[in-house]
Amino acid sequence: MPTLPIWKALHMPEMMRYAQAVNHALRLLMSADERVFMAGEDIGVYGGAFGVTDGLLDTFGERRVRDTPISEEVIAGLAVGAAITGMRPIVEMQFADFVVNAMDPIVNQAAKLHFMYGGNVEVPMVIRLPGGGGTGAAAQHSQSLEAWFAHVPGLKVVAPATAQDAHDLLIASVADPNPVMVFEHKLLYKEEGPVEVRHTTEPVVQLGEAIVRRSGDDLTIVAYSIMTVRALEAAERLEDSGISAEVVDLRSLRPLDIETVRASVRRTGRLLVTHEAPAAVGVGAEVVAGVVESDALDHLLAPVSRVCGLPIPMPYAKALETATIPQVDDVERAAKELMNA
Amino acid sequence: MHLRCTDVQFAFDLVMPGSYIGVMPRRDPVNDPLSSLRSMLEIRRFEEAVEELFSRGLLHGTMHLSIGQEAVAEGVCATLQTGDFITSTHRGHGHTLAHGADPTTMMAELLQKNTGYCRGRGGSMHIADVKNGNLGANGIVAGSMTIAVGAALSQQMIGTDKVVVCFFGDGAANEGAFHESLNLAKVWDLPVVYVCENNQYGMSMSQDRSTAGGSVAARAAAYGMPGETVDGNDVEAVCLASLEAVERARSGGGPTLLECITYRYRGHSKSDRNLYRTQEEIEDWRDNRDPIQRFIGKCVEDGRLSNEQVTAAESAARESLRRAVSEAFAAPDADPADLEGAAYA
Ligand SMILES: Cc1ncc(C[n+]2csc(CCOP(=O)(O)OP(=O)(O)O)c2C)c(N)n1
Ligand SMILES: [Mg+2]
Repeated sequence: MPTLPIWKALHMPEMMRYAQAVNHALRLLMSADERVFMAGEDIGVYGGAFGVTDGLLDTFGERRVRDTPISEEVIAGLAVGAAITGMRPIVEMQFADFVVNAMDPIVNQAAKLHFMYGGNVEVPMVIRLPGGGGTGAAAQHSQSLEAWFAHVPGLKVVAPATAQDAHDLLIASVADPNPVMVFEHKLLYKEEGPVEVRHTTEPVVQLGEAIVRRSGDDLTIVAYSIMTVRALEAAERLEDSGISAEVVDLRSLRPLDIETVRASVRRTGRLLVTHEAPAAVGVGAEVVAGVVESDALDHLLAPVSRVCGLPIPMPYAKALETATIPQVDDVERAAKELMNA
Repeated sequence: MHLRCTDVQFAFDLVMPGSYIGVMPRRDPVNDPLSSLRSMLEIRRFEEAVEELFSRGLLHGTMHLSIGQEAVAEGVCATLQTGDFITSTHRGHGHTLAHGADPTTMMAELLQKNTGYCRGRGGSMHIADVKNGNLGANGIVAGSMTIAVGAALSQQMIGTDKVVVCFFGDGAANEGAFHESLNLAKVWDLPVVYVCENNQYGMSMSQDRSTAGGSVAARAAAYGMPGETVDGNDVEAVCLASLEAVERARSGGGPTLLECITYRYRGHSKSDRNLYRTQEEIEDWRDNRDPIQRFIGKCVEDGRLSNEQVTAAESAARESLRRAVSEAFAAPDADPADLEGAAYA
């Protein structure tokens, strides 16, 4: 058996990109369990459109790293069929936008079978979806569609913001007996962060556990995925203006850890929710509702605020795209307004 | 080997039992016609009972009856083993029963009982018995076609000799999922047998008006898999075609597409005024080509069944259905108290 470098043996974090952290998780999951396999477009020799599956074909072979035709419906459908007959598929939508071509197997099949068949079947499958804007790929390659799926009973939805979470939430998703949609953010793939690479598939983070990324007293900023990163940067700047912002990273959108948000709001008295997807009927609305449905309402000192993507298809030109996606400035400004409200 | 059904007895003997070296089918309409007759009668009586319960207001929701199509379900499922898989459709009572479901548990599901296959959560369109190989009826047209691919992939990856039969309608053949499913099943040579139950209509839409090329089986050529059109009201012909396809799938030869031509006597579902077809057409199929009557007539004529055996089978089917209905009625109702959190495993 090869000996691990001492820092690995001690489980010390190493710096790696988000994409690499996903890759490590896939390796661990594939090594640990013969039932786990992958399928998707160009995930083999190409290494995935974003290089996330790089090298996995060499390690695990064509039997378990399966390039598929450009057929999103059957990619999702085969995951359902394999999951209910003993396998643990991890399939990929090349871009989250293409999941639109696979809605039936996800929404009408995967999400429903456990319930509809009287609890007699489990559907342990994972769909990875690279989403989000900021890459100049315009309207059909930039969407944040996570709220659609968070709306469907039977599905779980996660959206990791850090490399460590991308690693850990994938492990937790594969361990889960339900269908899980893992929304990765394309801009985050290249972001580096400290990652403690896991050596067992025992989940370290549970689905449905938010995390307080930064403590503060004056307001609560709730975010997920890339907006967590922007919220943290905004919080730094707010600090300079004498405003102490707490940042809660939801991590899972369903199940949603509303208790962590409520606890934070009870202390800070102010709530700002931010995500890249448009505000209307979105995750932010659900978070706000979850807060005001509880006694946390009594602690609110100001109206709540949402900082979300503009309600338009993602434009191409950089200036237009930037104007569409919430930026650090937008979060900072909204936070200050909230403090003055 | 490509079997034609001109000499059924000969062809069947050719494939089994002598030369057949694979897994033995569970029923044999040629050499043991009684078992298949019982199976078809069970389906017919079940659906007649459903129809009656519905008309008396004792069933709610909707249901799709396959009365007139029993030979497809029986002919195919006869060639399977326990442990093989099927995926079914909204019109799935026949497939489900022919693949070994318990009529009492099925009826309990329709009667909204906690003892039903889905504890009252699924109803007629969603009966499943996954541990016994029934991956489920499906309310989405072609919804199970991609699932069948995954189930067959599992068999290939795990290395079992199980096959997956994917039932679907003529209407489903015009869904995108049909194309994606057949294409990938052939690309990976998965053990699937696609069985198109062509009753010539998708609701009101006739196959003539909906299907370019006019044939579902012919589409097999586009995917490089064998395709065959079968008289779907001839249980022996269906069985023979299925036997060959199942054996091909079992032995690693990949998928096959069978198109079984049949006819549904009843409306599409409970609310169908039959405005898209003539009464004469319905009566012609019902009176001249009924799969059960044809099978009985043939077997009695060639001496494989006696009139007494037929009469006995008919009353046995009626009696066992009566028992199933009364047992199902006596079961406890589905319980709303169990709903919380039930969407997740
Ligand atoms: C995706 C989808 N579209 C439409 C329907 C409504 N619908 C239910 S059954 C049916 C006809 C299906 O025809 P066919 O596949 O030939 O099956 P048959 O009813 O004849 O058995 C239609 C249109 C549906 N359930 N799912
Ligand atoms: Mg039809």
